[in-house]
Amino acid sequence: MGEWKRDAREPSEQISGSRREFLHTCSLAAPLLLLGLRAAAVEAWAAPEAAYNAREHYYGMGVDVARCIGCGRCVEACKNENDVPREPYYFRTWVERYVVGPAGEAEVDSPNGGIAGFPPKPSEKGVLRTFFVPKLCNQCADPPCVQVCPVGATFATEDGVVLVDRDYCIGCRYCVQACPYGARFLDPRTHMADKCTFCYHRVVRGLVPACVEVCPTGARVFGDIRQRSSPLARFTRFNKIMTLKPHLNTKPKVFYAALDQEVR
Amino acid sequence: MERARGSQLASGLLPNQQFDPHLMLQQLKSLLIAFAVLAGGLALGRHFLMPKTFGQRGHYRAAAVDAIEKQPVHYAGREACAACHPEIVDRHSKARHQTVACEVCHGPAAAHTEAPTENKLPAPRTRGYCPLCHGYDPSRPTGFPQIDPVAHNPLKPCITCHNPHQPEPPHVPEECSACHGEIARTKAVSRHALLAFTQCHNTPLQHKVTPRLVRPDKPRTREFCGGCHAQDARSPKEIPRIDLQTHGSRYLCWQCHYPHRPEGD
Repeated sequence: MGEWKRDAREPSEQISGSRREFLHTCSLAAPLLLLGLRAAAVEAWAAPEAAYNAREHYYGMGVDVARCIGCGRCVEACKNENDVPREPYYFRTWVERYVVGPAGEAEVDSPNGGIAGFPPKPSEKGVLRTFFVPKLCNQCADPPCVQVCPVGATFATEDGVVLVDRDYCIGCRYCVQACPYGARFLDPRTHMADKCTFCYHRVVRGLVPACVEVCPTGARVFGDIRQRSSPLARFTRFNKIMTLKPHLNTKPKVFYAALDQEVR
Repeated sequence: MERARGSQLASGLLPNQQFDPHLMLQQLKSLLIAFAVLAGGLALGRHFLMPKTFGQRGHYRAAAVDAIEKQPVHYAGREACAACHPEIVDRHSKARHQTVACEVCHGPAAAHTEAPTENKLPAPRTRGYCPLCHGYDPSRPTGFPQIDPVAHNPLKPCITCHNPHQPEPPHVPEECSACHGEIARTKAVSRHALLAFTQCHNTPLQHKVTPRLVRPDKPRTREFCGGCHAQDARSPKEIPRIDLQTHGSRYLCWQCHYPHRPEGD
């Protein structure tokens, strides 16, 4: 260890020297500081809202089966918002009607996804119970569709939404087959896989998905899973929650309340 | 001899081979070159083949997410309407349709908010639209207001009597069946068809005005049903009788017999 270097100057000289240096630095720093402040102010003016940070969110949806009236407004809104092909068989979300007969046998139908309501269905055997179930991509935390994609064109974002990379999808349909919920389809115009995005373009702007926006009875709830003050957290706190096909360990993030055992 | 052979093997030389430092250096050099070529090829391939924004946020292209984020918004959200239509929004927010967003009936409004005069929004005025929610369907949850579109004031558009922004009926309903159609239909084909609703339910008049705040009551005791069905009840002879003491004494009557269709088939 070397000896501490002593200042050979007189004490008074030392102090005045450092003060001079300090003042000099200050005179240089002041305009820089002002410039910095101005730049920050300009920036704050240009972008009053903080940029969207995906890491601060983790989204899920709640569906209260007991509130769904089967009006199909969510299907209509989804097709409008996301430019989903209008013809039947292409849905990002759809509504199913379950009719359980006296012997416990369930009949399920979804005429055109329920977009124009449900025509009355006379049942010969009688009805034990009947209800509507809205369906959509479950945005699995462990998504099988992501695992099977041979080109890595489908992926889960940091905020927990499973998306499709439209520039890299080769339209091989593996993901359509792998999805246990039938939530994916091949867009007939682009020949690429398409699916519910939780209306990602709306969510990053602070809006709720279109289906949640238009649901007239509040059967759909959207929010942050981790944030305790979100509507979804309240939904999962006060309801008995079930997910679809939990035995597949896909860990869905669409949570159903009042779900019947016949629903798969 | 054995020891010498062992040391030779340990040095990586064959028994009849001499250790040559030049040869070893040459080998090392060629190995290094091969390794460098391989690594360089991999790095080059990775640079040219891997998408530019891949791996920035995860195992995917960040640009793909950005492209999805840039999609246009079509549904403006209910908050957007209040700025220009405060009276309607105010009225609507106090009425029973308060949970129904404007865009449910008027369609996507983002284009309208940008150019209000050029992009007018439609308002459904036909009789076919309201039954999407309010037409009777047994699959709908009990208690949701439903009418039979065939029987309910046929041919009149709904908006002649109901203001969609404040859809309370223009006059209080005369019959219970106006709102409780499902029960009325069930009861109409049952043995209880001739009983009035008010026989079993005390219904305050206010229930017709604020149906959710003031509710009719329901029978609470076995003795209420016994009023007609007990052995000693003073009621017409053809009414089936049971012994209140022994017949299913653990249960309340409606746990087995649905009162609106009591046959129990």
